[in-house]
Amino acid sequence: MERKRDVVVIGGGITGTAILAALARLELSCVLVEKEPDIAAGTTKANSAILHAGFDAPTGSMKAKMNVEGNRLYHELQKDLDLDIRWTGSFVCAATEEEEKQIEQLLERGKANGVPGMEIWDGDKVREKEPNLSSSIRAALWAPTAGICWPFGMAVAFAENAVENGAEILRECEVTGVRVESGKGFVVETTQGEIHARYVVNAAGVFADKVAAMAGDTSFSIHPRKGEYILFDKTAQDKLVKGIVFPAPTKTTKGILVCATTHGNTFIGPNAQDQDSREDTAVTTPGMDEIIAGAKKLVPELPMGAAITQFAGIRAVSDTNDFIVGESKSVKGLYHAAGIQSPGLTSAPAIARLLAEEIAKAAGVKEKADVRKGRPEQPVFRELSADEQAALINKDARYGRVICRCETITEGEIVDAIKRPCGARTVDGVKRRTRAGMGRCQGGFCGPRVIEILARELNIPVPKVRKDGADSYMYEEKLGGGRK
Amino acid sequence: MSEMYDVIIVGGGPAGLTAALAAQQNGAKKILVLERDREPGGILQQCVHNGFGLHHFKEELTGPGYAQRCYDLVKDLPEVEIFVDTMVLEVRKDKTVCAINPKRGVMELQGKSIILTMGCRERTRGAIRIPGTRPAGVYTAGAAQRMVNMEGYIPGKKIVILGSGDIGLIMARRMSLEGCKVQAVLEICPFSNGLTRNIVQCLNDYDIPLHLSHTIVAIHGKDRVTGITAAKVDDKMRPIPGTEFEIDCDTVLLSVGLIPENELSNGLGLAMHPLTSGPIVDQRRETSEPGIFAAGNVVHVHDLVDFVSDEAEIAGKFAAKAALGEGGKADRDFAVTTGDNIRTCVPQHLRLGAEAEKVRLFMRVTQPMRGKLKLKVMSGGEEVFTKPLMIAKPSEMIAVDLPEAKIGALSAELVVSLEEGK
Repeated sequence: MERKRDVVVIGGGITGTAILAALARLELSCVLVEKEPDIAAGTTKANSAILHAGFDAPTGSMKAKMNVEGNRLYHELQKDLDLDIRWTGSFVCAATEEEEKQIEQLLERGKANGVPGMEIWDGDKVREKEPNLSSSIRAALWAPTAGICWPFGMAVAFAENAVENGAEILRECEVTGVRVESGKGFVVETTQGEIHARYVVNAAGVFADKVAAMAGDTSFSIHPRKGEYILFDKTAQDKLVKGIVFPAPTKTTKGILVCATTHGNTFIGPNAQDQDSREDTAVTTPGMDEIIAGAKKLVPELPMGAAITQFAGIRAVSDTNDFIVGESKSVKGLYHAAGIQSPGLTSAPAIARLLAEEIAKAAGVKEKADVRKGRPEQPVFRELSADEQAALINKDARYGRVICRCETITEGEIVDAIKRPCGARTVDGVKRRTRAGMGRCQGGFCGPRVIEILARELNIPVPKVRKDGADSYMYEEKLGGGRK
Repeated sequence: MSEMYDVIIVGGGPAGLTAALAAQQNGAKKILVLERDREPGGILQQCVHNGFGLHHFKEELTGPGYAQRCYDLVKDLPEVEIFVDTMVLEVRKDKTVCAINPKRGVMELQGKSIILTMGCRERTRGAIRIPGTRPAGVYTAGAAQRMVNMEGYIPGKKIVILGSGDIGLIMARRMSLEGCKVQAVLEICPFSNGLTRNIVQCLNDYDIPLHLSHTIVAIHGKDRVTGITAAKVDDKMRPIPGTEFEIDCDTVLLSVGLIPENELSNGLGLAMHPLTSGPIVDQRRETSEPGIFAAGNVVHVHDLVDFVSDEAEIAGKFAAKAALGEGGKADRDFAVTTGDNIRTCVPQHLRLGAEAEKVRLFMRVTQPMRGKLKLKVMSGGEEVFTKPLMIAKPSEMIAVDLPEAKIGALSAELVVSLEEGK
């Protein structure tokens, strides 16, 4: 099938979806293509889920500018898009005299970057707020504008808002080539046919250099850097932390942190392992040992028995070590959002706004008259009062049937997640939209029920239901029959 | 406005159904069982193999057969109501129960007594931190059992099972019967954690290799499992470098332990035991909160459903008596503590009054032992009870009834131990 659009956005992570949402507000027809069965399937689904204050990146860098602006924008967008964010503030801890000097430097850098409200606290004051922190911590840099968030939910929110404003999202649509047709724009070759476009936005994450090269731009390269994490059950939070706690940073990373999630869990990680593979997200024993040892420097008594899962994500590090944002120097009409490692999540709305402004200017278009700021309402059963719950069940009995016991997720919420714009198609897609299967039993009880609901709502045979990736079928076959 | 019940039972598995029957037999007039699944019966519904009921019903039944038996005994009783498809969201100290279901919406129910019978869940991959990728095809053995026996789907064709718990062993046989190839069962301990009969009937009879002191050190595959790396472990259960070998498979089933499901108990603030992971109970199975009882796998994971039923009978009886104001007064409280070679013992304490009471103890040992063994229950330096044993395994529960006369005369805490004979 051949399509013709003003803009093609390649990549459905937090960056691509935020850009799509910003572009969809303009008088432009937009389509986003994502190679995986769902959006937010790469770095967005496995990272530290932190909205950084903005004191880490060197002053004047794209990272610093986008971080501080992105943080400010999330404060604005949170209400309209119903984003799951808690502004907890963050600590960077110092355990030695040298580290104390380091956090002083971070404070100065933060001020230069325009980060508001930062202070140095002494160890006792830090432990008043986070009592489980090590007694060896002498001081910490406190940044009140940092927050924790639900990255997958935010990417979904951007995607839903974009669809509300008329954008299109094609999943399992892998880009296989980009032809530049001089004077006429681009032909993006995909596994779902060719798309003609005036502008192409490259938000392809760890594959951004490959996509750039398809269009003839070989000016940068991306280097995968893996980070591993261990997630703890909600019951362990009183033994860990309530907010974000970093150690003093190293040259390459902000270090192994201990951090709460918006849902009341806590994680430790990540480490930083350079690797050749752009897809290898295997968790390793040395990696887990490393993050446990690292986290113990902050919280000496880790409740390891309450660990519920481990995972790894891959950072897309550019060879400039900074974000590459803006129009390609060699290919007119091709816009990059590349090398988006940390603080990429925080920067996404700022990057989106910057590129949308550039593309609006190039195309000579302005904002549509009837822009929608929000997205369809999404009831979350467990967060409602008893009266609201009763009213919801009265309206739709499926909200009275709990499918996921650990997280109290109802059938109504799961069906809604599937039926929404850019809805869930996989077991993990349901999990990341609703939290079904994300609790302590890790889908042991609700997995088969979720599979059944997916098959019913998507009208596909049960053995066609997948976990996450293209071939990640949950069941081998029906008893006495094949997958069909 | 909340509806009033004598006894509200949270969970309609074998424990809940048996407790309902016992409550009715002991005079409770209005009993409600709340079950989250579509039918009562609990996890037994998916346990289609036989071997259940030899003690409790004195005949051999399948899991669904046992569940049906429990259900048949209460289903026509006018005193017992069962709500299925019903999730309990909260149990409060004042014995109100908040629950929802699609038909009735949000319910607030008031009990005079409550019995917690929520059962247990399986330990997951995350809890034991198996390294590797996260593809489809890694399931707990119980989840796979539901897939095959209730949903009618095969999770995979070439299976590796980690852990030799009973569900894992049962699933090794079940998958073999469905034409799948079970490549191996790996067990990190130097001994099996399942019942001996299951090792024989589920592994040996199907030529499935059991590798003791082995574990999985990596799971491979991007979208779907393609294999695992196994390794031998040392006596501290750490993988020994150089002993790794690959096993080709498309599915990994985990049978690495069961954990009592006590989210509601924790919400209530009940005193919990660190080793059983269940509420601390007395001989009547009353928890730290008066009028709130608990029985079955929610208290401590049993090996046989028969014991679950036995324990539920105790809880059902005393919950009914408490609801009717016939509980009697306890004036003495003695701890039951574990001595040599005993890991856990339930009940953890005895609350005794004027009336003589039968006391049933359930125990698990710390490690496998055989020979001339002697189970000893001591109180104030004196033997209250002894029993000779030939064999003891952590996977098998030891159940003993203490003589009523001795209990009546107790004056100090009980210490339970297992001694090796001379």
